Amino acid sequence: MTSTPPRADRVLSARQLERNAYRIRQSRRRATIAAVSTIVVLGLLVLVVVNAPGWERVRLTYFDWGHAKESFPKILDAFWLNIRLFLTIELFVLAVALLIAVIRVIPSPALMPLKIIAALYTDVFRGIPTLLIVLLVGFGVPALNLNGMPTSLFWLGVIALTLSYGAYVAEVLRAGLLSIHPTQWASGRALGMSYRQTLRHIVLPQAVRRVSPPLINDFVALQKDTALLSTIGLVEALRAAQVYSASTFNFTSLCVAAVFFIVVTIPLARFTDWLTIRSLRRENGI
Amino acid sequence: MLRIKDLTKAYGDHVVLDGIDLSVARGEVVCLIGASGSGKSTLLRCLDLLEITDDGDIWLDDREITDPTVDPDEIRRSIGIVFQSYNLFPHLSVLDNVTIGPRRVLGQKRAEAERRAHELLDRIGLDGKSDAYPDALSGGQQQRVALIRAVAMQPKLLLLDEVTAALDPMLVGDVLDVVRDLAAEGHTIVMATHEMAFARESADRIVFLADGRIVEEGTPEQIFTAPREARTREFLARHLPA
Ligand SMILES: Nc1ncnc2c1ncn2[C@@H]1O[C@H](COP(=O)(O)OP(=O)(O)O)[C@@H](O)[C@H]1O
Ligand SMILES: [Mg+2]
Repeated sequence: MTSTPPRADRVLSARQLERNAYRIRQSRRRATIAAVSTIVVLGLLVLVVVNAPGWERVRLTYFDWGHAKESFPKILDAFWLNIRLFLTIELFVLAVALLIAVIRVIPSPALMPLKIIAALYTDVFRGIPTLLIVLLVGFGVPALNLNGMPTSLFWLGVIALTLSYGAYVAEVLRAGLLSIHPTQWASGRALGMSYRQTLRHIVLPQAVRRVSPPLINDFVALQKDTALLSTIGLVEALRAAQVYSASTFNFTSLCVAAVFFIVVTIPLARFTDWLTIRSLRRENGI
Repeated sequence: MLRIKDLTKAYGDHVVLDGIDLSVARGEVVCLIGASGSGKSTLLRCLDLLEITDDGDIWLDDREITDPTVDPDEIRRSIGIVFQSYNLFPHLSVLDNVTIGPRRVLGQKRAEAERRAHELLDRIGLDGKSDAYPDALSGGQQQRVALIRAVAMQPKLLLLDEVTAALDPMLVGDVLDVVRDLAAEGHTIVMATHEMAFARESADRIVFLADGRIVEEGTPEQIFTAPREARTREFLARHLPA
């Protein structure tokens, strides 16, 4: 057989060079359109806002550089509390949600009472506005004067948000568990693994991967909702910003707090994107 | 109707198609044979514009479909492709699987699309399953539905990629019967397959691929009884029942 040289040394045909040039022109054109339309739209938005009659006053009350610099360290300090709350609550939420989700999918009749409690729990706590749960737990639990119940605001806050988010996240995990094809269960059992082992090693890892975008979405929401705990007296970023604005009659500190929340959220969002793309690559060879 | 000239395609440094030249006439049935990894699937995917090729031309009738200005969706409308598995949409009934293309893409009325779908389902003996969901069908039944779903779009060219490879040997025959019918009806088919007996009996031409090149092509008679190339002989010795 005559052997043609491998493609790397091969000269592209004139037609292919034309095609490649066309594709490069097309992608440049698309990039240009994207850039121009972005600049035009953002530019128009800025123009509209800046030319609004009240802009000068808004700029002074919300975007004052001096106030931003002055409030920054106070809010930064307080924001550590948001981070600590978020990390603690997240762990509890995962544990509670996993437990509830598993109880709800296991097809064992012996677990019926637990299943009813689990269903009631999700129905009730997904139904109540989170702020209401925070207020009820924050002021109600200490009033009970029960022995052994925490009285520290930090732990009351953790309990309140765990109750609320546990219900949401449980439903996300349950949907993930139910979306795994029954043959995966069967294949696990067929290898001789127990129900528990199949759940733990086969079904759960697939389910968590599948629902990781909505899961992280809920954690982004949780991260913001730590601000609700300001209502029971925890001095977190929002409360610190309010304290500052109350004493200076300037709202720039609120915008500074907003920036803190955004800065933490964006990496979480990129992380979700990355996770999604990675699992697509792995499993579909894209 | 299909002309491929010096088609090349590489993934990174790995050359998968290395200068493929092939023409297929209207109504012709061409079987691609060759070892796993020889590039059969990649060739079919390139023909359906599912891959961007590195060089070479593909002509479908008088259109050069490798031209970057053509709309791939428009081309794919006239080409049907069936893969080894995961063809049917699991959330749609058998009937909806067959009618969704004609209705959404060709703009047929529901009644018209369903009448035609029932006709096709009846031909493959599955009209009784039209309300069933894919998971309730055997692999062979699913693959037969996948074939007529492609046919319902009235494609100029039908590409089949090892449509029986994932099936129980007992079910292979039923699926091949459907392909045989489609061939007899005059459909133009390019088909990657390991079913040598079927290729021998039903193909107009056999194309043997190895390492991304066409080593040999000819009539089934010639390829199976008097292969010219040593590599073809070796391959056939391993894949034909002694
Ligand atoms: N998406 C991909 N990325 C990298 N390599 C690929 C990809 N798809 C196929 N290949 C490689 O291309 C070669 C030909 O594959 P394929 O066309 O599927 O062969 P066949 O269908 O004849 O078995 C194989 O070596 C395979 O590993
Ligand atoms: Mg293949």
